[in-house]
Amino acid sequence: MTDIIIAVLSTIGALAILFASIGILRMPDFYLRLSVTVKAATLGVGLLLLCAAIVFPDVSVTTKTIAIAFFLMLTAPVAAHMIGRVAYITGIKVWKGTIMDELEGMYDEETHELKGTGTHDDSSSQDEPLKK
Amino acid sequence: MIKQFLMNLLLSFIWVALTGSMYYTNFLFGFLLGFFILWVMNRNEVDQRYFYRVPKTISFLFFFFYQMIIANLQVAYDVITPKYFFKPGIVKYRMDAKSDFEINLLSTFISLTPGTLILDVSDDKKILYIHVMYLHDKQKFMTELKNNVERKLLEILR
Repeated sequence: MTDIIIAVLSTIGALAILFASIGILRMPDFYLRLSVTVKAATLGVGLLLLCAAIVFPDVSVTTKTIAIAFFLMLTAPVAAHMIGRVAYITGIKVWKGTIMDELEGMYDEETHELKGTGTHDDSSSQDEPLKK
Repeated sequence: MIKQFLMNLLLSFIWVALTGSMYYTNFLFGFLLGFFILWVMNRNEVDQRYFYRVPKTISFLFFFFYQMIIANLQVAYDVITPKYFFKPGIVKYRMDAKSDFEINLLSTFISLTPGTLILDVSDDKKILYIHVMYLHDKQKFMTELKNNVERKLLEILR
């Protein structure tokens, strides 16, 4: 029974990582690549760690896998956020199929401060499609 | 709230010490037993929030894993088939979360469910900029995020 569970979980985990790496090749722009990679890799590594915890029924192994999965889930979104922010600030273009970009023009050129609600009238730009 | 949680932990550690086997299943069983005992003891108290929060947290975790798997399947299908199905877009999301901790949990959740990615938080901590892969209907996406994710999360935290 546990053999079947381990086989299924590790296969799904490895496939998730495989799809993430194919996604890096196939996605048309930077943000989509980032979007595909971060989560699928987290899911894949998490499932493989879960398999390791099931294979070795030992408290020391289980605590280590839980700690690794916890810190992975804690740090991966922060890293993705920072990479995406820097990419947007340095001016990497979005894909031509992007239907709206509400972040455009919201950064201060000099200080990179992001404007909130106060200065910008967002009701007018709410449903405006992106013109390319 | 925090008192009851610590009491629950104490009860589960006592259970582990008495039964003498340091396994997670045993610890979990002790935790559930302690939860039940505390619930019976506090039935006449006014403050019942702890006993609503623990089941809600567990159901939220399951909801999170379910979302993660479903959306991963969708992305995987899109990656391996030759045609692109997605319509990416960057949307503005006005959030109700106020403190840094709430914003952190909300953005972690949004970033970990595939298809969505936080690009930035505005400086006055009111607006999230989210990169969405499948933006077929913006209004539907916003209301789903507001009702399914943020409301549940804030119910647990507040």
